[in-house]
Amino acid sequence: MIQVQNLSKTFYVARREAGLKQAFHAFFRREREAVHALHDISFTIGEGEMVGYIGPNGAGKSSTIKVMSGILTPDSGSCLIDGLTPWKDRKAHVRQIGVVFGQRSQLWWDVPVIDSFELLRDIYRVPEDVYRKNLTELTEMLSLQQILKTPTRQLSLGQRMRCEIAASLLHQPKVLFLDEPTIGLDAASKLAVRDFVRQLNREHGTTVILTTHDMQDIEALTSRIILIGKGQILLDGSMDTLKQELSPMRTVTAACQGDIAALQLPEGVTLGADNTQGEGLRHLTFSVDTGITPVPALIAKLSEQVSLFDLSVQSVSMDELVLSLYRKYRI
Amino acid sequence: MPYYKERSGLCAALRQYSTLFRIRFIGGLQYRAAALAGLSTQFVWGGMTILLFRAFYRSDPSSFPMDFQGLSSYIWMQQAFLALFMLWSMENEPFELIRSGNVAYELCRPVDLYWMWFVRTAATRVSKAVLRCVPILLLAAFLPEPYGVRLPDAGIFLLFLLSMGLALLSVAAFSMLVYISTFYTLDSSGLRMLAASLTEFLSGAIIPLPFFPEPVERVLSLLPFAGMESTPLQIFAGTLAGKDALTAILLQLFWAMVMIIGGKLWMQRALSQVVAQGG
Repeated sequence: MIQVQNLSKTFYVARREAGLKQAFHAFFRREREAVHALHDISFTIGEGEMVGYIGPNGAGKSSTIKVMSGILTPDSGSCLIDGLTPWKDRKAHVRQIGVVFGQRSQLWWDVPVIDSFELLRDIYRVPEDVYRKNLTELTEMLSLQQILKTPTRQLSLGQRMRCEIAASLLHQPKVLFLDEPTIGLDAASKLAVRDFVRQLNREHGTTVILTTHDMQDIEALTSRIILIGKGQILLDGSMDTLKQELSPMRTVTAACQGDIAALQLPEGVTLGADNTQGEGLRHLTFSVDTGITPVPALIAKLSEQVSLFDLSVQSVSMDELVLSLYRKYRI
Repeated sequence: MPYYKERSGLCAALRQYSTLFRIRFIGGLQYRAAALAGLSTQFVWGGMTILLFRAFYRSDPSSFPMDFQGLSSYIWMQQAFLALFMLWSMENEPFELIRSGNVAYELCRPVDLYWMWFVRTAATRVSKAVLRCVPILLLAAFLPEPYGVRLPDAGIFLLFLLSMGLALLSVAAFSMLVYISTFYTLDSSGLRMLAASLTEFLSGAIIPLPFFPEPVERVLSLLPFAGMESTPLQIFAGTLAGKDALTAILLQLFWAMVMIIGGKLWMQRALSQVVAQGG
């Protein structure tokens, strides 16, 4: 469905030091710095797949989405979506994709939502019967009955986001790009959005590409993630392999007494935060690579050196997993 | 291709743009208070302008380049259809879309961005004008001669309508050029200010073009700005008639085409280099 090959894009960003003198200097000579937003990106996504596209801010996520939706022309590389190159066959291409930018709105501000929908119907040239069918289905799935006749400006963020998602699906796109669709939403709205996307993918086989910082989104929706950092793909794999690869990490929290400074730790264990408050018990956090040192071995080693009062062991959450990936690749 | 057979052909294409026009038209009609305020301003403005010209006229009628009744008609029509002509009030939306990067959504639509914005600009102007022209014209029609509106005969009126349509196209095409420049400058307020004051002066919005010294007038009437306001108003007032009127209309057509084609090419270029701001 989607084939991206060796995509690169460089932006030039004007830059100067703070201060009046520098500003004056920059008036005559601009210093520009090249930022490699995308550097040799390649991946393939099959029909009906749901892929989480993750990375820290400024990693190149949005740039990739913009290239794939025909907004941005890359410097080099190719991208084929259902046989079309987005920036060359823009009009034909955008008919088959739906895009939701979580931080922007596509609904007309001062008219009721339904008017915006009808405008989109005509813009996408959707025949009336198809539009009716899709509208009924989307209204039901996203529970929009109550809000369709409300002007967009009077909707809450959660309501608006549901409408935004419906708006991007009225023309039955084959591919849906969700750029941070749950940003700023409360728990209930997030769940509603996730449920809907899952259902959409299951029932219509829509290919979904999702960028987000919310790891619960990823966990709930996608089986495959692509990690991008500094414009490069660092990791592309199924959620399970990722977890397996990183699941050796455990967090051990110990409450103990003794000479912490002289503590000898086995290999693969690092001492994290020391959350000691006042005198008495020390509360220590260790992260343990169980591939090297199993947790029981660490406990044995610890109990040789200090007296333990309490212990807890946690496996890493999705957030920590991603953070550890960022650290691993130094991004 | 989508799973369904989409509507195709000219009809569907027209429908795309007529919907764009309609939604903006409806949006414009919503602002009743603004229309009322604009209405009273324009009525007072028109009246004061006529009084001002009356003082000049009294001091020396022979050096007055238009007959007074014609001038009154010019000014009332100008005020009634101000929303079609005024270049100092451009739509904020395209500027805002470009500055904030929301233009991203516009680019995800299977529509030509140039025509989408063009239609929108035109629609806003028409909706504003429709709300305001009727009351102003009604009031002006009841004013005593020579301070009211003098209706020309049907042929000239048709010519006036045609010319006003072309003026709308020119104004929209010119606005597009200013919008597109925002892709490069990101902040257009300076350019807008410059464009507004220049065009106001050159299009006959401040003083009708016949009041300029003759060599200046001859040059101005060849520029694209004359076609944005002066030409239709002068046809209505009767200062442009016969062959001159036809030439002026052809000139309007010419400049509108030049600005549209230039704008389309420029937009194409801008979009291949555009960087949607933010996020």
